Amino acid sequence: MSAKFATENQLAKSLKDQFKNKIKEEYVESNRIKISTSPENLKNLAIAVKELGFEQVMSQGGTDYPENNVYRIEYHIICVSKKKLRSIIFSIMTEIPKDKPEIETLIDVFPSAEFHEQETFENFGITFIGHPRMERLLLPEDWNDIPPLRKDYILPGRG
Amino acid sequence: MQNAGMNIEDKGGDKLVLHVGPQHPGSGHFRLIITVDGDYIVGAKPDPGYVHRGAEKMAEYRDYIQNIPHLERPVIIDATGVTLPYVLAAEKIIDVEAPERAQYIRMIMAELNRVISHLYWLGIYGIFLGHSTMFMWPMGDRELFIDLAESIGGTRVTFSYVVPGGVRNDMPTHFKERALKTFDYFEKRIEEYKKIFFNNPIMTARTESIGIMSQADAIKLGITGSNLRAAGIDSDTRKDEPYCLYDRVDFEIPTRKEGDSYARCIVRLEELQQSMNIIKQVLDLIEPGPIKQVIGGVMRGEPGEAFVRTEAARGTMFYHIVSNGEKYPYRVKISVPSFRNLIGMTHLLVGSKLADMPAIYWSLDYWPVEADR
Repeated sequence: MSAKFATENQLAKSLKDQFKNKIKEEYVESNRIKISTSPENLKNLAIAVKELGFEQVMSQGGTDYPENNVYRIEYHIICVSKKKLRSIIFSIMTEIPKDKPEIETLIDVFPSAEFHEQETFENFGITFIGHPRMERLLLPEDWNDIPPLRKDYILPGRG
Repeated sequence: MQNAGMNIEDKGGDKLVLHVGPQHPGSGHFRLIITVDGDYIVGAKPDPGYVHRGAEKMAEYRDYIQNIPHLERPVIIDATGVTLPYVLAAEKIIDVEAPERAQYIRMIMAELNRVISHLYWLGIYGIFLGHSTMFMWPMGDRELFIDLAESIGGTRVTFSYVVPGGVRNDMPTHFKERALKTFDYFEKRIEEYKKIFFNNPIMTARTESIGIMSQADAIKLGITGSNLRAAGIDSDTRKDEPYCLYDRVDFEIPTRKEGDSYARCIVRLEELQQSMNIIKQVLDLIEPGPIKQVIGGVMRGEPGEAFVRTEAARGTMFYHIVSNGEKYPYRVKISVPSFRNLIGMTHLLVGSKLADMPAIYWSLDYWPVEADR
């Protein structure tokens, strides 16, 4: 453990003490922490991150990995009010199977995730269970194709 | 987008549903679905997506250089603000670093773009409040800053100036004199802006105590940029996590406690002065040297990912780039400030009067094209 990233390591360690082997530390480096967990445990992890002092979801997105048959879902969480934590982006991620693209919403933990989750819903077809408005936000209402950010959607003329 | 069409629904009783936009002058390509009960707004639902082009998907079909002009499109008004974080993230993937002089020139361009973007916002806000002088003055003064940026970047608006490894070309030798002359003029103009607009009772009556965003709500909803600072939080990525060489310059973060429309306006006005202060310091600090690290061949990086955020004109601009070692990025996720501030619009509009809608709407500096991407 390097003393260089003392705050980052301390934050990651407090979560590891709490969750033991339920979480996996992807990496801890300068101002960046990334922790992965199982889909069932994501909400508990989010609550723990909130208790550490992180306040809002700056970004939430998905990535399609067809070779592993999974979608990776990431939340990038920041703190704006406490000077000590401001420089850190806390990322929590999980992977869900492509044949059952469902996960529990985090908007009751972080209300700022609302539109981000809607965007991930329309771009990947991932349903966030418990989200009050699982409907299209940016895509046109006459979009009649698979969700566009999936890798099997090929941009017209680029196939 | 949902329920296309312009219609006024009768919800029974005294409630009416009004569609504001997407052709509303000034709103941009964006629709607000507002429910009013008499004069008061009881429901507001933003409907973005009219200018959604799928920039994130298209970025997967372009290499790291082609993506610069591509990702500039959503926010041409703040072109450096949107391309700088992308380039910083691409540099982490490709593993190059720009030389010192290039970092300083990037800061000059980023701050010039912030001024250009804020002046555009101010002009449109004047129109929204029916103050046509406040439209013409900032739009005219904005040209001076566009001229400065043009002398560096080569075009008026879409510079595509910041590239992985540095900047495209050096700045002209006479830039410092020209910039200082413009700043001298503009600092006097800011005082005139205050006299005619910011201290004008007609303006203050329409914005003070209108659309109040509390500090707790701003944090909870994920509000960013000037809107967050107007609610009393001095968060600015340039200080929180300094990029380029922002840790070498001294500047203040303007904040207000009130959180109303007026606070959001005055914070942006003060940011104009801070941006000029930063450029002045950079012009003193900058020294001759290389402006670019030349990268041979096609840029491709090791498999991995990079997260970068910077302070664009409207707030924190965040990029998450995933690379699998190919020449095209595997995934580009852009989290833009306008999209995150959108959630605040519903929050502020409900409970206010319909007549206050323009004063609240544009005080958030919402840019539909940026939000839709």
